[in-house]
Amino acid sequence: MSDQIIHLKVNGTLHTVTVVPQRMLLEVLREQLGLTGTKRACRVGDCGACTVIIDGKAVLSCLTLAVEVQGKEIVTIEALGDGDCPDPIQQSFVDCGAVQCGFCTPGMILSAKALLDEKPHPERADVQRAIAGNLCRCTGYAKIVEAIELTAAKKANA
Amino acid sequence: MSDYAVLGKRLPRVDGPVKAAGTARFTDDLALPGMLHGKILRSPHAHARILNMDTSAAERLPGVRAVIVGTDFGDYRYGLKPDTRDEYPLARGKVRYLGEEVAAVAAVDEDTALAALALIRVDYEVLPSVTDPEAALREGAPRIHEDKPGNISVHMNTGFGDVDKAFQEADYIREDRFYSQSVLHGFLEPCAALAIWEAPNRITIWASKQSPYFLYRNLANCFNVPLSNVRLIQPYIGGGFGGKNGGYPVDFCAVMLSKKSGRPVKIVLTMEEILSSHRRRHPMIVRLKTGVKKDGTLLAHEAHIIADGGAGTGVGPSTIANAFYFMNLPYVVPNVRFEAFRVYTNRPISVAQRGNGIQQIRFAADVQLDMIAEDLGLDPIKIREINGAYTGYTTPSGMHVKSCGLQETITEAVKAAEWETHYRPWREKKDQPLGRIAKGVGIACNSFESGARLTGHNCCTAVIKVHEDGTISLLTGSTDAGQGSETALAMIAAEILGTRLEDVFVPQTDSAVTPVDPGSFGSRVSSTAGNAVLIAAQDAKKQLLQVAAQLLKADPGEIAFRDRKVFVKSAPERSLRFRDLARQTVAWGSGTTVIGQGSWGQSIPPLNFDTGEGDAGGAYSFGTQAAWVEIDTRTGKVSVPRMVVAHDLGFALNPLAVEGQHEGSIAGGVGHTIYEHCVEEDGQTMTPSLTAYGLPTVYDLPAEMVSLSIETIDPVGAFGAKESGEGTQVSTIPAIVNAIHNAIGVWITDLPVTSEKVLKALRDKKAQDAAKVEGRS
Repeated sequence: MSDQIIHLKVNGTLHTVTVVPQRMLLEVLREQLGLTGTKRACRVGDCGACTVIIDGKAVLSCLTLAVEVQGKEIVTIEALGDGDCPDPIQQSFVDCGAVQCGFCTPGMILSAKALLDEKPHPERADVQRAIAGNLCRCTGYAKIVEAIELTAAKKANA
Repeated sequence: MSDYAVLGKRLPRVDGPVKAAGTARFTDDLALPGMLHGKILRSPHAHARILNMDTSAAERLPGVRAVIVGTDFGDYRYGLKPDTRDEYPLARGKVRYLGEEVAAVAAVDEDTALAALALIRVDYEVLPSVTDPEAALREGAPRIHEDKPGNISVHMNTGFGDVDKAFQEADYIREDRFYSQSVLHGFLEPCAALAIWEAPNRITIWASKQSPYFLYRNLANCFNVPLSNVRLIQPYIGGGFGGKNGGYPVDFCAVMLSKKSGRPVKIVLTMEEILSSHRRRHPMIVRLKTGVKKDGTLLAHEAHIIADGGAGTGVGPSTIANAFYFMNLPYVVPNVRFEAFRVYTNRPISVAQRGNGIQQIRFAADVQLDMIAEDLGLDPIKIREINGAYTGYTTPSGMHVKSCGLQETITEAVKAAEWETHYRPWREKKDQPLGRIAKGVGIACNSFESGARLTGHNCCTAVIKVHEDGTISLLTGSTDAGQGSETALAMIAAEILGTRLEDVFVPQTDSAVTPVDPGSFGSRVSSTAGNAVLIAAQDAKKQLLQVAAQLLKADPGEIAFRDRKVFVKSAPERSLRFRDLARQTVAWGSGTTVIGQGSWGQSIPPLNFDTGEGDAGGAYSFGTQAAWVEIDTRTGKVSVPRMVVAHDLGFALNPLAVEGQHEGSIAGGVGHTIYEHCVEEDGQTMTPSLTAYGLPTVYDLPAEMVSLSIETIDPVGAFGAKESGEGTQVSTIPAIVNAIHNAIGVWITDLPVTSEKVLKALRDKKAQDAAKVEGRS
């Protein structure tokens, strides 16, 4: 199939890229836009490491065709916080010990962000559902759940 | 209470912010100008002779820059010991498992590389294969390695004490068979390597390695270049758990493809490749015979083990030795006999995995202990208390226990599991019918080497550079694959030098810069590299003290370092900032650059792989785990709502990191017990996705994980610390299996504990109970 020129709005910036139609968003983000915070692991939608936020929803970029998400708002881990001032979710992950090897962390944080943006005061079941598609071998998930709940609690008290 | 400024505090890990920001670079995140993408062709057969290979069509495909096959590597083979070098970078002559690497391609992009693989023609003569280790041992079984008759990769036959006499004197003897299945490491970052060959003889490689110096040696040997010309730079590692220790074909091929193409080459395996053909934990059949006195005192263990080694030996000798060592601990067993065969099969290669070789034997021994307690009407806690090892104990094989908090861990675990409330004594309630949800609690104990002693290079080395602004570079070849050791080592340096954790930077391993190190396995880093850092920091401090003594006009022994200040102990107002001291040091007199150095290794004899005599490591951790289980008696589904880890870790260098290790151990242990399984058919893995394989999700793991640290201040480890990340996974399996028995009265001796097995066991038990009733009436 022939190349197509597409326009993707990623982290507020419009990018014009040339892709073959079957190219997944994950590859475009990592290889063409240099956004390597989105992790490539299973490539088949099992692990959640490639999670990004599209129009407010957590989405697996390894199963999303790049050509399909033109005109949508795409958010990757690079948009959260900045060098000196992390997003509260990122801070909670660090403080709670929710990060070990860190490979699942960007995807996990974006799943958490999509949840908290939609539901600032989630129940435990909401948190579990939000990260049920994000696998982590290191932590056993307890500190990840704690970090997400801490973020919500801090926002409530702010 | 200790008076540490940094150690013992719940400090967030130093690499947390970059990982949370997504800016931490893993191997696949790296790219170089002109970089090619590599792909590996794998065998479609479990066992076959390679008759002919034709790569010409692949080479002609536009965009392909190099194609390599086994002969490109000459006769190079690699392995743990000279007599176990049975692995090739690419198959030579024949393939020994389905998925074995046969050829590799480098092309301008992944799509082209994949297209080229499809153009490589390999003619195979399919050979009879054997994928069952017991069948592989039988006479007439297909021979997998021509020079290894009987398909024996490792054989260990040893014993201590008088086992025959002990069995004669025993009041009760039990013999059982246990099976532990094939499970994966489960790291999320696939194996990856990016390599540049610079003619005539320089290699630079970024590779995902928890023990990068294995590969550094492998590459020097394979490509016949001096070690000084192998530059291995370690990016962040997305988990290892034993599955990223040594050099693998992905690494060798990246270098060879670069050598052949003259371009940088990156190879990233797919998860499907990892799940269907990468290294795994050893499946083991353990036949265990145990003799006890009436009161439950252990007299003897006799183990016969068949370990499925797959098609190569890897670190198998250490796995088998570990199974022997930890038949001897955590309990006192005065007489032991052990025979193990590690058997070649036409399966992916078995290697170390978190707890290397110990889960399998402790699953058998700690479940059997509960069986014995049940048979003799003894209390499962009591039988562990009376048999537990203790400080000062030496096993009959010569393992020296220098610190042991086992009894405290039992007490604490029992308390946290609310044992009295939840334990259901089966022998008293046998006749009551099971409800829809049956609940139970179980317990098991563990021990693990804290800092494995090795046969070759054993010591860890650290270099501490004090910069003139008072910040510190800590150079170590010990890697942090996610476990948090980098933070623990930085904390040790900060404590000694009186700086803060954020002042210490630990660059990642770079073999051109960091000291050579054995690697991150055998729970070595905090305990072994920790001592090296301690010595290096003291060395740097001594140099700083000489200048401080002159500036403060005080005796060096009178000067203390704490919280970025250097002051006279008896007159704290006579002080200067650490950064000012650092600056003065380079300027004072003729000036000196402060570089501290320290090396440390376990000063015990090397491991004896033949007899198992002597110590396995510098120290031993001890622990107890308790599990709550809930079993749906209609579906057979087992869940674990609460898991308690009480671990004697000597000293918690960083309690936050320790909790993370305990929780991660539970995750791996619960997965191994209930969910995870490489289902195989004739050498083909039928579970090549994480979902099919069963890596646990947030729904599958205990909602409550209790982590309790027992501090015994070990005389060997840095600041008294012992390991806390591997022993903690050793007893998860038997704790859960014992809890299942406590809940429904059946023993599951074959892992994983699937719903089908639970239902079958319940049905069998019902039939037996009915037969008994009939027999009585």
